Amino acid sequence: MASVLVFLDVPALPLPRAARELLTLAGTVGEPVVAAAHRADQAMLDALASHGAVKVYEPAGELDTVLVAAKAAFLADAAKTEQPAAILLGNSFEDREIAARTGIKLGSGVITDAVAVAPDLAVTKSVLAGSYTSTCRVRTGTPVITVKANSVEPAPADPAAAAPQRVEVPLSDAGPAARVTGRSGKRVSGRPELAEARVIVAGGRGMDGNFGPVEDLADLLGGAVGASRAATDAGWIEHSAQVGQTGKTVSPQLYISAGISGAIQQKAGMQTAKVIVAVNKDADAPVFEIADFGIVGDVFSVLPQAADEIRKRRA
Amino acid sequence: MQESATRPLNIVVLVKHVPDAQFDRHLTGPGHTLDRAESILSELDEYALEAALQLAEARGGESAGNRVTALAMGPAAAVNAVKKSLQIGAYAGVHLADDALAGSDAAGTSLALAAAVRAVAESNGPVDLVITGMASTDGETSLVPAQLAERLQLAQVTFASELEVADVDGAPVVKARRDGDSFTETVEAPLPALVSVTDQANSPRYPNFKGIMAAKKKPVTVLTLADIGVDPAQVGHDGAWTAVAASAPRPPRSQGTIITDDGTAGVQLVEYLAAQKLI
Ligand SMILES: Cc1cc2nc3c(=O)[nH]c(=O)nc-3n(C[C@H](O)[C@H](O)[C@H](O)COP(=O)(O)OP(=O)(O)OC[C@H]3O[C@@H](n4cnc5c(N)ncnc54)[C@H](O)[C@@H]3O)c2cc1C
Repeated sequence: MASVLVFLDVPALPLPRAARELLTLAGTVGEPVVAAAHRADQAMLDALASHGAVKVYEPAGELDTVLVAAKAAFLADAAKTEQPAAILLGNSFEDREIAARTGIKLGSGVITDAVAVAPDLAVTKSVLAGSYTSTCRVRTGTPVITVKANSVEPAPADPAAAAPQRVEVPLSDAGPAARVTGRSGKRVSGRPELAEARVIVAGGRGMDGNFGPVEDLADLLGGAVGASRAATDAGWIEHSAQVGQTGKTVSPQLYISAGISGAIQQKAGMQTAKVIVAVNKDADAPVFEIADFGIVGDVFSVLPQAADEIRKRRA
Repeated sequence: MQESATRPLNIVVLVKHVPDAQFDRHLTGPGHTLDRAESILSELDEYALEAALQLAEARGGESAGNRVTALAMGPAAAVNAVKKSLQIGAYAGVHLADDALAGSDAAGTSLALAAAVRAVAESNGPVDLVITGMASTDGETSLVPAQLAERLQLAQVTFASELEVADVDGAPVVKARRDGDSFTETVEAPLPALVSVTDQANSPRYPNFKGIMAAKKKPVTVLTLADIGVDPAQVGHDGAWTAVAASAPRPPRSQGTIITDDGTAGVQLVEYLAAQKLI
């Protein structure tokens, strides 16, 4: 069976949902093989194997101190050895750049934003800010495909899976590259990653500097916190929470939009959510055009009341 | 002679002519290409142009020998993106226009743009920085900046939310800040480099009357594929490494329920979520 090479940049366990989705998807197209950006310890190997990986390529050294160039060189080298039927990556900005450069190195077409990959490697993706769906194919080289989170249901782990074969890839010259000179970690929230969350509660300028009600509801629903650019620009919440054209594109089961008008750039990031709930005190806000359930009301009464009701039902 | 510590920069800014996202956009024709009526300079490229102008101005601007060239690739109308860039403040413009480019994918686009940047370097001297927006607002793939860096073998600094060129031991070095999901990092690269900037990087300026008048006198060079030595078979629909087989507008979301809060909307919201099996 042809193999499908999955690029994973996972420094530690547990395996994120997005990684499990990629392995599951690879398994529907061929035999999953992993190119791991970090050397895998035994626990990581076991986890990868239990999600279908039969082989794991690892770099012979650290890829971390330079930006994507080295990761792309590593992935291209692994692909040259493996000769897979396709290469799958996540859809983060960095993953897409690695895909971009790998595509040039291999002379292979690249498709981003995939939401489905058929066994014949036809790729379904959403385009024009989620307003169109298209089916694309790679015509030249090994298809390099970046897949959006929440596109497939990850298969359950198989703890009895055989240990994967390990292959070390020598580091090759990545060419001129930028160096990372400093890194400051942000606080870890314990909430799910925005890009892969099943539930997102997002707040906008209407939260007026107080994200408490948004965070409270998100935590009750086990969701992530999102925001409009107006809210992140105001500094009420970190920039990485921004949803939209220049933030994250998300496709959760449930998106609750609170105090967000629904400008085209915001819609671009969330209109493929399964269910959209909007709370806004302006009945003419554009967000209501795409809401499944809209509430014309004040976020500071609606959100806390909903949270209280959930607590009451669970008590 | 210029002091080597502040030598002028030769900057190329990529500017794309894209359909205005404020209107409905459509894919048309057998190649499922974008209907390009109602097009404008990509909003995200305005941040790239602003970044270039600020870097050049920090070194004395045009009179000190800095160059900021706006480069657009696309059909005849794409020259409007160059003209708008000149009005905003770019010092010169280049329009790569060739019918054979129609339908290019990221691979073909990056191939043609790489050759165009080399052509600018041939007539202008070595290019220090290629600056782009973080993504185009039509294709939205973010592939082109990284592919251009790969093709030109430039150090790549993408998604910069802050940018400066500092002189380290007499050589200009680009320093940038990038905001990741769980961390913020600072990165550094020697020139020449490719930089893409986010909408956090600056506040783009608007063209003023003076800029609009001055733009009329600024040069726009038109290049064809023959001028930059690119084989037409490598670009456009035929040269594309990817193809669109089908496309369809997403079915419009069916009209939802809208209620006005009568004091119980929070409870009704939870009832709705429960009915949808979302809690
Ligand atoms: C190049 C570019 C890129 C952009 N990228 C993004 C992006 O990625 N993501 C993004 O979100 N935006 C983006 N924007 C900005 C976008 O155009 C809007 O400006 C932004 O989304 C507005 O945020 P908002 O809805 O929170 O604020 P506003 O438009 O000010 O809306 C606030 C809303 O809150 C409501 N409200 C106020 N108080 C209350 C209350 N107490 N209870 C209930 N409702 C209340 C108001 O009725 C209003 O509808 C971008 C813009 C540009 C130019």
